[in-house]
This record gives sequence, structure tokens and C-alpha cells, in this order.
Amino acid sequence: MPTSEPAITPELVAAHGLKPDEYERILKLIGREPSFTELGIFSAMWNEHCSYKSSKIWLKTLPTSGPRVIQGPGENAGVVDIGDGEAVVFKMESHNHPSFIEPYQGAATGVGGILRDVFTMGARPVAALNALRFGSPEHPRTRHLVSGVVAGVGGYGNSFGVPTVGGLVGFHSRYDGNILVNAMAVGLAKADGIFYAKATGVGLPVVYLGSKTGRDGIHGATMASAEFDESSEEKRPTVQVGDPFAEKLLLEACLELMASGAVVAIQDMGAAGLTCSAVEMGAKGDLGIRLDLENVPTREEGMTAYEMMLSESQERMLMVLHPEKEDVARAIFTKWGLDFAVVGHTTDDLRFKVYLNGELKADLPIKELGDEAPEYDRPWTETPRQQQVAVANVDAPCDTREALLTLMGSAELSSRRWVWEQYDHIILGDTVQKPGGDAAVIRVEGGRKGLAFTADVTPRYCEADPFEGGKQAVAEAWRNLTAVGATPLAVTDNLNFGNPERPEIMGQLVGCIKGIGEACRALDFPVVSGNVSLYNETQGRAILPTPTIGAVGLLDDVAKSATLAFKREGEAVLLIGDSKGWLGRSCWLWLVAGREEGAPPPVDLAAEKRNGDFVRSMISAGVATAVHDVSDGGLLVAVAEMALAGRIGARLDGAHPGAPAHGYFFGEDQGRYLVTVPEDRAGMVIDAASAAGVTATRIGTTGGDRLIPGDEAPILLNELRESHEGWFPRYMAGPAIDAAPAD
Amino acid sequence: MNAAVLVFPGSNRERDVVRALKAGSGQEPKLVWHAETELPAGTDLVVLPGGFSYGDYLRCGAIAARAPIMDAVRAHAARGGLVLGICNGFQILVEAGLLPGILTRNANLRFICHLQHLKVERADTAFTRAYQPGQTIEVCVAHGEGNYFADAETLARLEGDGRVAFRYCDAEGNVGGDANRNGSLNDIAGIYSEKLNVLGMMPHPENLIDAAVGGTDGAKLFAGLAQAA
Repeated sequence: MPTSEPAITPELVAAHGLKPDEYERILKLIGREPSFTELGIFSAMWNEHCSYKSSKIWLKTLPTSGPRVIQGPGENAGVVDIGDGEAVVFKMESHNHPSFIEPYQGAATGVGGILRDVFTMGARPVAALNALRFGSPEHPRTRHLVSGVVAGVGGYGNSFGVPTVGGLVGFHSRYDGNILVNAMAVGLAKADGIFYAKATGVGLPVVYLGSKTGRDGIHGATMASAEFDESSEEKRPTVQVGDPFAEKLLLEACLELMASGAVVAIQDMGAAGLTCSAVEMGAKGDLGIRLDLENVPTREEGMTAYEMMLSESQERMLMVLHPEKEDVARAIFTKWGLDFAVVGHTTDDLRFKVYLNGELKADLPIKELGDEAPEYDRPWTETPRQQQVAVANVDAPCDTREALLTLMGSAELSSRRWVWEQYDHIILGDTVQKPGGDAAVIRVEGGRKGLAFTADVTPRYCEADPFEGGKQAVAEAWRNLTAVGATPLAVTDNLNFGNPERPEIMGQLVGCIKGIGEACRALDFPVVSGNVSLYNETQGRAILPTPTIGAVGLLDDVAKSATLAFKREGEAVLLIGDSKGWLGRSCWLWLVAGREEGAPPPVDLAAEKRNGDFVRSMISAGVATAVHDVSDGGLLVAVAEMALAGRIGARLDGAHPGAPAHGYFFGEDQGRYLVTVPEDRAGMVIDAASAAGVTATRIGTTGGDRLIPGDEAPILLNELRESHEGWFPRYMAGPAIDAAPAD
Repeated sequence: MNAAVLVFPGSNRERDVVRALKAGSGQEPKLVWHAETELPAGTDLVVLPGGFSYGDYLRCGAIAARAPIMDAVRAHAARGGLVLGICNGFQILVEAGLLPGILTRNANLRFICHLQHLKVERADTAFTRAYQPGQTIEVCVAHGEGNYFADAETLARLEGDGRVAFRYCDAEGNVGGDANRNGSLNDIAGIYSEKLNVLGMMPHPENLIDAAVGGTDGAKLFAGLAQAA
């Protein structure tokens, strides 16, 4: 090896994010000191982001199979059969660390990465969603981050040409130092036309496609596997720059190439770029890979092997091609103006050999690079149980009217129109339900069949009780899909936590995964793809545990999908599910009473399933005229959202005599839906519910221009709308904040 | 009707407009790659679809306006052939000199996507014959640079010659005010060429052709074109 490469010192090893015992493991594995390039390769393969070393043993406990599952976790994205020879391909992935450092590019490349995961499988992307978590609105940096992230998400998706149909935005001071950007993409493919990373055949060309390789993003995955400290700002150069135009060309070229029959295996170059993609293709296929790096298209002079192997330049793909189709493939890529270069070939020696100008830079056992990555059973402590908050012990600081206006105009529950109007949610002409409802609905290629999507989680529940919070995240995603009439199919999970080396954080991760597993099993809702983002922590302060659940459901006929808007005056408003007035960890307790405390509402999964199946059957029978799940903010917030969407008010019965109004109107008991039905069907529906073992209660009647909560002061819809729609634009139009962060 | 839909690198609504043309005319339009130099024989209508041609990294539409196929489009227009540019297509037509004025950043400096009402200024052109004059229709917009600008003289000429095709309005048909969200001069959403055979518009009629997906007001533009050609 040339002497210009740095000597391998303990400091250099540490700078690569490798612990001393992990370095020992490397020495034992290869029987010698690694070269600089090899050290870089190990750091790329063995960091938390790529190896899942802290979470793997727990992820294995999740249910991942089902009658419709074609491909579960382990590939670029999950694949689920939707009938008629068609399959839905989807995954959610985080881009948290880069988005905090450089919000526009961080978010944009997050979207780009997940779109690439989906079309790598042979699917054309048809929808995108995102789940964004920002710090407190009062934090000096928040507005800048919201503005940049939203523009970045939109900038990439809009140009690429995929409708961004749903998602969520949340604020909490625990994200002040670590925001979350979780991006989900969904694609459609032929069920028998899925492409995988597994290479087959010796001596086949390994081909590099797409954009050129630069020095951007080197060590991005390593950065995403460490906490932030004061110097994180200096990591800006590790954030990649996205080019949605190149990605659009790559999409079209890849789909054209796949249709030509030239592709044996394909893997996108995402985190840790060329290293991860090449190793994965070889290891999965029990093959070796030889790379000759002088053939890699670069956009900078004099790049070293180390730099090329670790670059995270975007919009690149690696493929193994049938040699006789090489010319066809080259012609397709030339037409789309993209680079096409044979950079290596498959071998039978199970080695990962990297050459630059004939000089051997790395020679490693390819299977062990992945298989022998460290795997930890990290110590964890159970999160202490929280006391229940008894509704009788909580005094309401204001009346129902004021509480509702406060909640509807809060950072947490106000309208997200300012956000989703920056996303093209209409392109492709199949968006049946746009952002703003319980779940987004699209048609499958202009036909009758539809798909519903949602992304959800309630971090304040997960913080208080990771197990119940994990369950609730799944249950709520399932409920969102049910509320539009879809049959829930499967889940992608994006687990965002703090430093797993701290037992209490590891306890949150373990608790949430257990809860997710329990709910997924009970609801026949397998996990088919996912991503783990750990070390979301700054100076010892971790984010709220945030296991975002992305979910997909199927509709036989989009014309039957339900929406949350009240449709007509004089219809009966029914509440499905049981209410105990659970205020612990509710939005009301947090935002109206100013208390973040108590146990979160438990989820009864049997009742969840019963209630949901009943609601879905009413939608499918065409009886339900409007449907909305009851979640953040409770019953009255849900009614208000239905009223605003339909521009029709409602008169509601009050709480039972003796029961506090704030528990009834703002409690966050789980497994509940609001459904409207024509007046003359109300009795029949309540009887049918009873027969199905489901509680259905008539709670009011639609009509008028206001909400009338029992015998309390009415709230005009206009007033409510102003409060609900006003927060976001007002906040974003606020005074400019000095670009230099205060801390 | 023989329609040709141009595809530039970065076009992304070509499939949407193909679907709308097919629904309106019953005929499958031809996709024409930007590097071609001729339109298919017998082309009646050329459509420049929405998207981000060449990434729109220079001025929107500036590079596409110089693509090899554009000479053929100019010749087609000069012969009186129909040309429709939607969104990025409108930006390309302006850059190509087929329509006057320019499209600049939206007044709020953000990309905006929402349903949008338009007033149909005249219903005697090949594009609007299926509408009523003065009719209010609902389509959608999705753009970052749709803010129409032209100098006073050009605007006066457009207005005087009846070359404004659509204006932004509210549901009741009141033009301008809050209904003009991108800041376009004279609330202009679309304009014609002198001979009324070239139309450029920012909104997307091709995405409002189906009751299941927001509405059908856009469908009449394509149905009208099918009758005209």
C-alpha cells in the first residue's frame, strides 16, 4: 500500500466510529491490520445505520410474513400482493441528522433515497408521505428548519413527479436539537416483475449507472450513527446534495432497462454508497465482487479508493447485467444522458476485492463483512410505569369552548395546509383523497381499485409507556386506514430513538418494538420494511421515542372510500368505541392544562379489531356518510375537524351527569371512531353494532354553522376555522430569525 | 385528432396529459422525444407537458426551448397547427418565443399546489369551445414559478386582442384578489398566440378529468380539442 495513506492508529479507528473491541474483531477476521480503504469499508458496513447492530435482535421478533407478503424486510423495500398480478412496494426511511445540519438538502435527499429504494425493486413510485418532527416553535432554529425541510421535501418530490399525499408534522421541545425527517415512498409493480439485490452468475459485469461520484457525503452513515455535539455544524460537508432531475432520468432509464430483460441484480447506492451496494449484491448471491475503481465515473480529479468507496453522492445505481445485453443497456442509459460504466465483475472466490489502477486497495471476505458485523444485546431498563391521571383530580382551567379553540389553533393540532400545499399532491391524476384526511387514497392506475396510506405515531405516549405507545402507533395507523374504508395490508416502521448505549433509551426501543409486534400480530398487519435511526440525541438529551408507523391499505373500489367531512345537515353522529375520559398524556392535559404527565391511554387490541372491522363494514355497505377516527385532542377535536371539512356544524349531547366535560370531550381513549349516518339508519346501525359486540352511541346531530357542546357555549365554525387555519401561516410569517443558532 | 406529446428530460406530467387526451379524443397520442427533429406526420396538436425539464436549474423552460424538436414545433405553429403548453410547457413556449412575457417565482416564493378556479375568457377557440364564455371552472395548479409578467405594452396588446385565455378567480367567478395566489399580472393564468392556435397555461386541466379525482372541469378542454382538430 502507498505510504501516502494514513497509518492505522487508535485515534483513526475511533474517528471511524469503531469501538476498540470492534477493531479487535476486524483484526481477528482478516488476520492482519486493515488498509486505510479497508478501515473505511468496515466503518461503512459496521456502523449502526447500516448494520442495525443494536436493534437487530429485537427487530427479529416482529411479525414479517402474511398471505399477501411477497417480500419482507431485508431488501430495498417491502412488497405486498394487491391482487390482479399487481404488487405494492413501500418503505419509510429517516434522514434526521443531515436534515438538522442542512434542512433543504437533507430532506430532499431523504426523499430521493426512499424513492430510489422503491424503483430499485422495479416499481414506479406512485405516492410519497413524510413524518416530520421539529423542536418547540419558540426555539430560535425551528422556523428555519421547518421552512427548509418542507421546501426540500417538496423540491425533490415535485420535480421527480410523485404526488406527496400525506404525512404528519409535530412540534416538541425534545426535538430542539434533533429533528426527524422520515420519508416514505410507495410504488406499483407487477407481482412477478420484482427486482432484487441478489446477484447470480460468475464473471458477469457489475455496472455503475446514474450520476457521477464526488466527494460529498463521505461518512454520512457514520455521522448518522453518532450523537450530535457542539461541532456538528462542521459536518455540513457530509450532507449530500440532491438532484431530482437526475433521479427522474434514472427512474425512467432503470424501468426501461428492467423491461429489456438485461438486469440480473440491482442495488441502489444509498448509505455508504458503492461499498454497501457491491457487498450486498455479492453476499446475497454467494459471490465475490471485484471492482476496478478507475472506471467509476467521477466528477472530481484524483479521488482515492477510500473516497470512492465511501462517497454518498446521490442518484447512483449498481447492477449486475446479462453480458449479452450490455449494449442494449448502454444505449438506454446514453439516451437518458446518464453515465454507464462497467466497474467490475462477479467472481467465485467470495472476496470483495477493490483495485485502483491495478493496485489492490482492499481484499476482504464478502460474506463476513455483513454477517460478522457486531450484534449487541445491549443492556436495557424498563421505563418506569406512570400513574394514571384520574379525571376527577384534574380541574379544567377554562370552559369547553375556550379549550377547543386553544387545541384547534395549537402548534400540534392546527391545519397543516401551509405544509402540504407546497407538495404536488395531484400529479399522476389518481389522488382520490389528498392530505388532510385520516389516510390518503389513490387509485391504482386509473382503475377502481385503490390504495390508502398513512404515517402515524404519538411520541408522548411512547415516552410515558413504550409498550403501549408502540401498540398505539400501529393501532392508530390501522385505524386511519380503516376510517377511509381500506383493508389494512402491512406496515413499514421507522424507529427513531436516542443513544442505545444508555439502558433507559434501549429500554424505550425494546418496549416500543414489543408493543409494535404485539399490535401487528393482533391486527394481522405484518412489518415488511423499515429503518432504525438511533443516536438522535444532543448533549445527552434524547428525542421522544418516535417509532413512526407507515402503513398501506387496499380498497376494492375507490368510489366507496369514506371521508371525514360532514355531508348533510340532520344526520346522526355516532361514536364507535368505549369512552372513559382518559386524560393522561392527552393533548388537552398538555396544551390546555399545561401538564405532560400520566400513563397514556391503553389500547385494547381485541376491541380495536372489532370496532375497526365494524366501521369498515358500514363504509363498504354505503351506510356511513362520514368517518373519522378519534385521536389527538379527543372527541370534540374530531367533531370539529369533520365540521370544518364539511362546512356543517353539529349539536352534541354533553357528558353524562356527574362526569366532567373535559374528560368526555377531550379524553383520548383508543379504538374510537366518529361516524355519521342518515337519521333513519341510526337505530339500525346501533343494533348492528351491538350484535357485533361493538359500542355505538348516538352523541349528536349535524347541522347549523356552529358546534354546540351540550349546554355549554357554542363555537362558530368561522371562528374555529380562523383558529385552525391561522396558526401555521402566522407562525411561518413571524420575524426572521438570525441564521446563526443561539446555542 | 392526432396529438403528439413532447417528452423532455425531466417532463413529469406527460402520462397525465396522455390520459386526458385519450379520454377526450379516444385516440392514443404519440410521445415524441425531445431529440427528434420532426413531428409525426399528420400531427394536429402538439402538447408540451408539465414537469421540470432539464431540472429547471437554469430559467424554467430555457433549455427545453432550445431542444432539437422545437424547430418543428415552431414550424407547426407557424402553419396554424395547434400547440398547448401546460405549466412547464407554458414556460417553454414563452422561452421559445411562441408566446410573449415570462413566468417568474410565485409571489410568496413557495411552490403551491391546490385546486384553483379559472374564468374562461372566451369560448370560441379550439381549446375552449366546449366551455361557455365567462364560465368559471375548477382545475388545479402545481408550480413554483407561475407568476406571469409582461411589459405594459405587451399586456395592453394581449388584453386588446382578446388573447387572455384564463384568469384566476374564486368559486363565484370574482377575478383576482386572494384567488390570484401567484401574483400574475392581470390575474393571467393562460394566454393565446396572435392566431389563437397556441395556448400556454399554468393550471393543469389534465388532472381534473374525473369525478373520483377532484372533478371533471378540465376534461372539456380535451373534448373541445378533439372536436376542433
